[in-house]
Amino acid sequence: MAKKTNKMLADRPLSIEEAYEARPRLWWLYTLILLIVVSLLTWSGTAVEFKGFAKKGIEVAKGVGYGLIHPDKNLLFNLTSEGVPYQLFQTVAIAVLGTLIGGVLAVPFSFLASDKIVPRWVAFITNAVILVIRTIPSLVWALVWIRVTGPNAFCGVVTQSVCSIGMISKMYITAIADIDTRILESLDASGCTTFQKIRYGILPQIIPNFISTVIYRFDINVKDATTLGIVGAGGIGAALVQCINSSRWSMVGAYLCGMVVLMLVIEFFSTRIRNRLTRG
Amino acid sequence: MLKKKKAAEGYRVPLFDRVFKPELITLPNGHTVLRPRSRTPLLTVVIVAVIWASIQLTGFDLGIIVRRGYQFTFILKQIFQPNFSYFPKVISPLMDTIKMSILGSVLGATLALPFSVIASTNINRNGWSVAALRFLLNIVRTLPTLIIAKFAALIFGLGTFAGTMAITVFTFGVVSKMMYEAIETIDMGAFEAMESAGGNKFQAFWTACFPQILPTYLSYCLYSLEMNIRAAAILGYVGAGGLGLLINERIGWRDYNGLGMVLLALFVVVFIIENTSQYLRRKLS
Repeated sequence: MAKKTNKMLADRPLSIEEAYEARPRLWWLYTLILLIVVSLLTWSGTAVEFKGFAKKGIEVAKGVGYGLIHPDKNLLFNLTSEGVPYQLFQTVAIAVLGTLIGGVLAVPFSFLASDKIVPRWVAFITNAVILVIRTIPSLVWALVWIRVTGPNAFCGVVTQSVCSIGMISKMYITAIADIDTRILESLDASGCTTFQKIRYGILPQIIPNFISTVIYRFDINVKDATTLGIVGAGGIGAALVQCINSSRWSMVGAYLCGMVVLMLVIEFFSTRIRNRLTRG
Repeated sequence: MLKKKKAAEGYRVPLFDRVFKPELITLPNGHTVLRPRSRTPLLTVVIVAVIWASIQLTGFDLGIIVRRGYQFTFILKQIFQPNFSYFPKVISPLMDTIKMSILGSVLGATLALPFSVIASTNINRNGWSVAALRFLLNIVRTLPTLIIAKFAALIFGLGTFAGTMAITVFTFGVVSKMMYEAIETIDMGAFEAMESAGGNKFQAFWTACFPQILPTYLSYCLYSLEMNIRAAAILGYVGAGGLGLLINERIGWRDYNGLGMVLLALFVVVFIIENTSQYLRRKLS
């Protein structure tokens, strides 16, 4: 049947009805995909059973709602180290340092991982290392580093420096792969030294990309830094979880409000800066 | 004079150039040009100040790493010698993690579709509802997964259901943001043609826009599944089921060989799922 329609296609233009009849029929493929999806869903449904709300579940839900509407204003505008502003600043500080160090550490990694520059086996090994760094969850990194630094904000900085390497170098690698090497040839032809070639041929091509990547990662790191506090690595998470555990909902509300506002502000500015970088 | 001319054209002089007046240079041929002052010194000062403040706030001290770094290599060495006899105990939580992320991704992505359609400016002409919905989606997206999981574990009780809920909320936030951005870039000609041929908005969307966004949508679903497997692995830390439970327990007992086994299993699963999903995404695009 299919062969016949192909022959018809070659002979003369088809009328609308004929073209409609000759449309590709992939019902078996759709059925197969549907079957796979449905079986996956039923399989994954087995682990998840709704056992109703927890004993205090409704109470917790009510508490969170109450807290969000009536955040603890005392805490929200308290400028001591207990208050929300200080905690937020510390969270941002962790993200700033973590992202910066990670961004710098990722540079050698990404150059060692692109097989344009180094031998293939070096690139393969570096890629494997990056993959391992990416797979280990940031929480595990934090728990490992806590043994070294003790539970403080510095632990968060070190954790984020290591974690950021994975994603940042992955994006650096694509930036490096996109370098236009013809420019280097023309610089060569006009008699530039190696240093000049790097300064005027390579850096202008990759710097905007690198900065954009780092800012994007900063966005993620701020969000991550709030959760690192749960394991004791500084930032707002520790205080938030303590308040959740002791059911002080208006304080929870204050911390959540602060976090949401901070994240919205940072996202707004980072998107603007990155848009400007890509437009040049 | 230049400033006035530019202002007349609707060009707003940046604040920086109003504070630091551009330098007036007279060229050899008598013409004058304005050279804006370099922004580098100001940027350098700001960046240095931010870094200095961050160092103060976090108690940054490289000495600690130099002095106590051996602890880190000690743990890392043990992680890289996984205890394989621990594997049978890993299987069930690992499966839980996979199941949680698949179900959560599907639920979240399905929920995201109608919301993203309503939140895209080219389908929904009502500016207020779009702005309100986007603000809501933004807030959902800013909440960290672990915090959502913590609340879910408190509300629905410990276990995989809480984890699934957390992943659903997280996926919903991410996918709906990416989707409304994708919907705004589609070709609206077919949609208008359907409407002028007498279809209602839903029919027009279903026949004209949906086929356009379907590949993007599926690709985003797969992408969020990739992210969710990683995210789901740590949710157990706050009691939401899956591998995180084991990770927490192994670290508590300082059994880093067991931790290595857990991480190895996670690594293999993430590797397989990521490669499958990337293959499918390449096919889709």
